[in-house]
Amino acid sequence: MPTIPTIFDTSKPGRLAGGQTPKEGDLTGLPDELLRESNPVLPEVSELQAVRHFTNLSQQNFSIDGNFYPLGSCTMKYNPRGAHRAASQPGFLNRHPLTPAFASQGLLSCFWDLQETLKTVTGMEAVSLVPMAGAQGELAGGLMIRAYHEDCGDFERDEILVPTAAHGTNPATATMCGYKTREIGVAADGDVDIEDLKRVVGPKTAGIMLTNPSTCAVFERRILEIADIVHDAGGLLYYDGANLNAILGKVCPGDMGFDVLHLNLHKTFATPHGGGGPGAGPVAVNSLLQPYLPIPMVGKLDDQYIWLDESYFPLTIGKLAAFMGNAGILIRALAYALMLGREGMVRVAEYATLNANYLAAELSKAGFQLAYPTRRATHEFLITLNKEAKDLGVRALDFAKRLLDFDMHAPTTYFPLLVPECFLIEPTETETKTVLDEFVSAMCKIREEAQENADYVKQAPHNQVVRRLDEVRAARELDLSWSGTEG
Amino acid sequence: MLQSIGVTNIDELFEEIPDHVPVANFRAIESSLTEMEMVFRLAERAKQDELGSCFLGAGSYDHHIPAAVWDLATRGEFLTAYTPYQAEASQGTLQLLYEFQTMMASLADLDVANASVYDGGSGLGEAILMAVRSNRSARNRKIAIGGAVNPFYVKTANTLVRNQGIELVQIPHENGVFDPNQCPIDDPNVVVVQQPNFFGLLENVDAISNWAAERNALLIAVVNPLTLAVLKPPGEWGGSGADICIGDGQPLGVPMASGGPSFGFLCSKMKHVRQMPGRIVGRTVDANGDVGYTLTLQAREQHIRRAKATSNICTNQGLLVTAATIYMSIMGVSGLRNTASRCHENTKYLVAQLEATGRAQRAFHSPYFHECVLRCAGDVGALTKSMIADHGILAGLPLGEIDESLDDCLLLCATEKRTHEEIDHFVELFNHILKEA
Repeated sequence: MPTIPTIFDTSKPGRLAGGQTPKEGDLTGLPDELLRESNPVLPEVSELQAVRHFTNLSQQNFSIDGNFYPLGSCTMKYNPRGAHRAASQPGFLNRHPLTPAFASQGLLSCFWDLQETLKTVTGMEAVSLVPMAGAQGELAGGLMIRAYHEDCGDFERDEILVPTAAHGTNPATATMCGYKTREIGVAADGDVDIEDLKRVVGPKTAGIMLTNPSTCAVFERRILEIADIVHDAGGLLYYDGANLNAILGKVCPGDMGFDVLHLNLHKTFATPHGGGGPGAGPVAVNSLLQPYLPIPMVGKLDDQYIWLDESYFPLTIGKLAAFMGNAGILIRALAYALMLGREGMVRVAEYATLNANYLAAELSKAGFQLAYPTRRATHEFLITLNKEAKDLGVRALDFAKRLLDFDMHAPTTYFPLLVPECFLIEPTETETKTVLDEFVSAMCKIREEAQENADYVKQAPHNQVVRRLDEVRAARELDLSWSGTEG
Repeated sequence: MLQSIGVTNIDELFEEIPDHVPVANFRAIESSLTEMEMVFRLAERAKQDELGSCFLGAGSYDHHIPAAVWDLATRGEFLTAYTPYQAEASQGTLQLLYEFQTMMASLADLDVANASVYDGGSGLGEAILMAVRSNRSARNRKIAIGGAVNPFYVKTANTLVRNQGIELVQIPHENGVFDPNQCPIDDPNVVVVQQPNFFGLLENVDAISNWAAERNALLIAVVNPLTLAVLKPPGEWGGSGADICIGDGQPLGVPMASGGPSFGFLCSKMKHVRQMPGRIVGRTVDANGDVGYTLTLQAREQHIRRAKATSNICTNQGLLVTAATIYMSIMGVSGLRNTASRCHENTKYLVAQLEATGRAQRAFHSPYFHECVLRCAGDVGALTKSMIADHGILAGLPLGEIDESLDDCLLLCATEKRTHEEIDHFVELFNHILKEA
């Protein structure tokens, strides 16, 4: 497949999509010094040229619709088209965000239903749907923790604890909340090192951020003990919902001692990832933190749905978005939840876990090293390619790149950092056994190739539109926008 | 499969969950619906909210979107891909983002754009954090915010920045526009101005830019990207131009959709790029020396820098950026220019017709672009309510809740979609309702 020229390269001055150009409006009267003198660099192409260009570009993408996409911690499961259809109806798409509640009862009833569903799913007291991504949900959680302590007159707590294996967003969020991050160790079996936690926790502890199943892809077995230790020290527990898919319908974060959490609707509730977003990261809290939830939420007064703003939540941490967050994503999540129903939700965790454990067992039998062989896989698992790296000189990165040639997206690589040369593999519940078997075959084939000709694997990919890209050059010789010259 | 794993039933796979954690109780969640039943239920609710003509803007605008935009953006290859971590298998998304960055940087006439943030409001928060990090010479963490910057953006930004010791200082507006003489502090670290401002008015951006530069403050421009097709771009404001430009991309092919998902864009001078939050795509070469695209400058980001990252953001609004890039490509220079100028002309017509009724007059006298504040002879709250309830028309935003001195004012907008017939009908109703009241 050839690389595609940029749309600017195909542009011709004066060419336009006539059917899309409204009649020019009159600008006389506007001060000259406030007007633009030169045209921006925008494509000048026909509508067909644009359609063909972006159709061709789309074909240079791996996607769930086209490929197995076992990207650990990202839950790349099938995104039902029906949910997309439901959210794309004119009544939803054309609604202005400032339309008053009395004329928005349809939408508000959807938000109400989703709030109620997520309360049950998480076992928490109250939900705000506003955060526009997991990381923004984390920020909301951190800000609520801070607001709570300050409301209690406690200004001494300035540390957030996170396990060394935590998502990078956890410490980055702590910084944005004005907190310092203290890392706690992970024991050899993948669980949090309780002794280390006991050493670190204290009067400076504002809270702890945990993912369960953890980023080591195992269930944190001593979670209730951890909760007691942190609560006894006056800290609060934050649940990073990245891995909720693993326990949906089995156990609730609210029953594991957590005070606040976010969900990733683009993971657990199957809303499309869109090439990097949008997501949605609603937050759920227990009664302790309810007063601080980000606004607005939806409430019910008599038979009317209403917006709950500062007047109902004077202690709120405030707004996180100009309007109501990623409303369209919330509708898709509700549509997915309605189609799953209570019986479907339990099946999510069961089949996701079944698929992951099957794939782990088959890879292990094929001679690949599980990072935590004594532990049960959750909805995902870690393998380490350390042995292959040492014996054959072929690293996890090389396996990842070669997998692309087998039309499979690579798993998450080199995360968490404490497991060397690792793959974090999340097959999700929507894949068939056949696909999982094909993945095992591909991994075995790549290892064979590496034994015969390591360089061939190290130079992968071979069948993609481009060969391996020079990332060092990309960062050193910054070329971040088209300047009219061929690169 | 169970046999391969070495268990006899699925429950055994959950044996590591301690017994004393109670089993989830999902009885409150209803039983599953088929796609048909689900769509039927949500269609009823969507139908309930359908309205007619929209004369409301205030940060979200009712523009025409070419049919091809969303037909293409929702191709499964765009819709169901993720962040392009494996660049070689994601050249489509990466090249599109590179083209997007080019278009946005050029619209703003600044050096660099990122691959988007969540929305305009949170984008202002990110821009302020970025500016404070970048302006190391500054003596304080005070941000001077123009009085007519979108109040929803300011509230959102405040949530995001206040816990890092950053203080937002509001400058009262003078006749609806930014007046440096009203600024309560002498030495702001960062100055924020919006063009056109929240009231639709055009600010004297050259003078404001120079005023900020004289104080060694960085300047953040909040803009509507569509208007940049005809208005002077932030990079050319005053002697040195704005440092950072942010805004909401909704006017570029994204439906209003209750405010989201939309996307925020963020552009800046090259000297600030290492403080930029979010994904950035760069062009490079592959092992054969052929052109290719990849995420770059990742050492700024949370997955590498953790607590020292420029932001905790990782998700961008890729799908909306995809739509906007296709939108800008189809519309091109003429399409964007004409859409922007048509909005201006339609709004001028709307204002003239409303003023001709004798029941409304402009609250401020600076030139406006495609929104305008009108002082009305009557209860604007009751007027907007009746317009919706009786006629299905969104009649603009009553401003009393935002500024008490404007409690008899409406903020109105007429995009390129509003015909003269629609406007005339609206004006007739406006006149009639206020006469009866």
